[in-house]
Amino acid sequence: MSNAILEMHNITKAFPGVKALDDVNLTVSHGEIHALVGENGAGKSTLMKVLSGIYPVGSYEGDIYFRGEECAFRDISDSEKLGIVIIHQELALIPFLSIAENIFLGNEQARHGVIDWHTTHVKAKKLMDKVGLQESPDVLVTNVGVGKQQLVEIAKALSKEVKLLILDEPTATLNESESGKLLQLLLQFKEQGISSILISHKLNEVEQVADSITILRDGATVETLDCKNGDISEDHIIFGMVGRDLTHRFPKRTVDIGKKVLEVQGWNVYHPLHAARKVVDDVSLNLREGEVLGIAGLMGSGRTELAMSLFGHSYGQNISGTVKKHETIIDVSTVERAIRNGLAYVTEDRKTFGLILDQDIKNNITLTNLQSVTNGLVIDQNQEILHCRDFKDKLNIKCSSILQKTVNLSGGNQQKVVLSKWLFANPDILILDEPTRGIDVGAKFEIYTIINKLATEGKSIIVISSELPEILGVCDRIYIMNEGRIVGEMEAKEASQEKIMKCIMQQAEELKHGTS
Amino acid sequence: MGRLKNIIQGNIRQYGMLVTLIAIMLFFQIITDGILLKPLNITNLILQNSYILIMAIGMLLVIVAGHIDLSVGSIAAFIGATAAVMIVNYQVNFIVTILSCLLLGFAIGVWQGFWIAYIKIPAFIVTLAGMLVFRGLTMVILQGASVGPFPPGFQKISSGFIPDIFAGSDLHITTLLLAVVFSGALIYLDSRKRTKRLQHGFDTSSVSMFLAKNCLITAAIMYLCYLLSSYKGLPNVLVILFVLTIIYTFITTQTVYGRHIFALGGNEKAAKLSGVKTNRMVLLTFANLGLLSALAGLVFAARLNVATPKAGTGFELDVIAACFIGGASATGGIGTVIGALVGALVMGVMNNGMSIMGVGIDWQQAIKGMVLLFAVFFDVYNKSKN
Repeated sequence: MSNAILEMHNITKAFPGVKALDDVNLTVSHGEIHALVGENGAGKSTLMKVLSGIYPVGSYEGDIYFRGEECAFRDISDSEKLGIVIIHQELALIPFLSIAENIFLGNEQARHGVIDWHTTHVKAKKLMDKVGLQESPDVLVTNVGVGKQQLVEIAKALSKEVKLLILDEPTATLNESESGKLLQLLLQFKEQGISSILISHKLNEVEQVADSITILRDGATVETLDCKNGDISEDHIIFGMVGRDLTHRFPKRTVDIGKKVLEVQGWNVYHPLHAARKVVDDVSLNLREGEVLGIAGLMGSGRTELAMSLFGHSYGQNISGTVKKHETIIDVSTVERAIRNGLAYVTEDRKTFGLILDQDIKNNITLTNLQSVTNGLVIDQNQEILHCRDFKDKLNIKCSSILQKTVNLSGGNQQKVVLSKWLFANPDILILDEPTRGIDVGAKFEIYTIINKLATEGKSIIVISSELPEILGVCDRIYIMNEGRIVGEMEAKEASQEKIMKCIMQQAEELKHGTS
Repeated sequence: MGRLKNIIQGNIRQYGMLVTLIAIMLFFQIITDGILLKPLNITNLILQNSYILIMAIGMLLVIVAGHIDLSVGSIAAFIGATAAVMIVNYQVNFIVTILSCLLLGFAIGVWQGFWIAYIKIPAFIVTLAGMLVFRGLTMVILQGASVGPFPPGFQKISSGFIPDIFAGSDLHITTLLLAVVFSGALIYLDSRKRTKRLQHGFDTSSVSMFLAKNCLITAAIMYLCYLLSSYKGLPNVLVILFVLTIIYTFITTQTVYGRHIFALGGNEKAAKLSGVKTNRMVLLTFANLGLLSALAGLVFAARLNVATPKAGTGFELDVIAACFIGGASATGGIGTVIGALVGALVMGVMNNGMSIMGVGIDWQQAIKGMVLLFAVFFDVYNKSKN
């Protein structure tokens, strides 16, 4: 017990409608690398937010002991004072400040409020050497790559005299060699007595560096494995993460696939700000009537960018390629035209791109197709109400009334409103981007049921998802994307998580050899 | 009882300010020994605030769309000056002048909206530039002097009253008749809406609520028109305001355009991804405000019977304040035309009441500032409570 730097006991954290953490325990020893694994939505990030004080004391139940003392963090600065530093998936750097300024942000090297630039530079340089970052401290953060930005974050953590470093998916956006360097750095820190918690989906990395592994599933601890015994297998971890029988998580459906509906050929998209960066590279795909098509790939592989560029050129610039529907070329250059041609795109980020949170369910649903409830100039609000009640019943949206503001709904019900909104536009082709992100298991099952029903009605559906089990569970056919390209295609019956991951890895290998 | 509480809570932002307005009116009515609601003073109150009310309607749409316009005062001055130069210096027919000035205001709005919607320059900057540009141009075309007076036909826009076809009585009968017709139309529309909702089996307000609401509105309209009719009757500009209020309430609550503006202000990205032509809607809201600012400029010039280089200075602040006091959200997506008008009237009644009391212009400014701050605080507080 005395060897533990951190103990979290019986942590429970509930959001409206979802229990994100249920009685979770986590113990991290002095000077170890502790991996935290689990599926998306298992509660890893939530647990770390509890630990770092983003969710302040009182908003959760349970106890936290750090170096033997009970902690009650009110905000993130409380935990940082003790040396707990978290590095988030989305980096929290200010793009138009220099590396040195970012490292000492909130901790400026100043005398009586005046910044001492000499000390700032000298100290920044020292920290940068420690993490192996070879850049001038004066370079603006926006001008260095993601890998180096990650190192700036770590240097920033070191400047705060970190005792426990938490990294949330640090290698998700890094390439192989950058990832290798980062892991090496963690081992180095371990020698210096800094403990780390590593959250990662990449099990090979976890096995490589972790001393112990805690597995979370559906907001609860499954088990903690000690790697020193050396009998940890990847299969064991995956079983712990997934846990339940995959066949019961996804409703059955009878598949009846018809003729080809959509065909995309030679689709290229460039980054909206960096005109030279190709984000989607020569993608061709097709979709049939009544088919559920999956697009798998890691974060940043270009899936969302592909979908949004197809839907009214909503992303990117210099878009080229053709889109055919029923063998004739269609114009998707504005959202309005895409909708008119029967496309719909259900966003991965429902709060930013999907809903007008301040407005009620009714106004959100009818927005995509107001013309259909309009006589002359006037919106027939009674018609609106009838349509929306219909959706409320069909999709089982739990709300006090369809005049309730969407901001007050739970994630699953918000997602159903977004789905309703796009069904109201009456599309033939629905693109669902991460349709079950951040919603609980029960609501997920309902969403899957809706997807199946739509496919049975003859609609064609594209499902984009980071959760491979989901792709395997709901889709008939799967495209695999990496680095903006389609790198594989397989029937769902023949696919497995390993095969998909292998597909992605192989292409990464090829790229490496191609460039070296 | 719980239902009533729900109704009150749901509408507190909108009706809260209306109740405040009535309270302020009662306060000044008592403290000024009944001068506030004297027919002459009510008429003056309307004439004094008509241009602010007209611009508040347009500003409301811009604010709901998530933008701001600082140039309305300067545009009003510029249009007033243009009209004066055309009519007085070049003897252009005043109807031709009015139409071309409205068109010019619309064009100015399109010009500013273009920079904001398509070039993506923040509205604050574009209209700050516009504020300077059109103030400068006003001085250029007036050559620093005041130009006037206007012919009687033009003055009628703001200082005229509707003719009384039943002349002879002490009371202005036409005004009273119009009030009866207008109240009747409102009651008819509201009851038709209610019947339709009942046919579909939707929730509606109870019969007593319905009756109470309509009785109150009718009483308010009849009382106002009675007061006016015992002076000179309905001012022309009030007729313009009624028509504008009806048109813009209709647009914001009943049409696709209105819905799109609210969607755009609530969440521009989501609106765009739902097929709303966001850029065009932004351009249109600014063009519309340009048009209404031009109208306000004409009304103001006609009221003073002269165009001056300093006309409309500080109007933009009164207009913006009116929208926020009336419950519009500073981040866009929320607001009502009626709310903005109530907000403008709160300011107007306070100006008028304090002037009657002999409060100096210095204190009036300070007190109005505090009212704005507290009204918005009330809004923010209400939201955080939900």
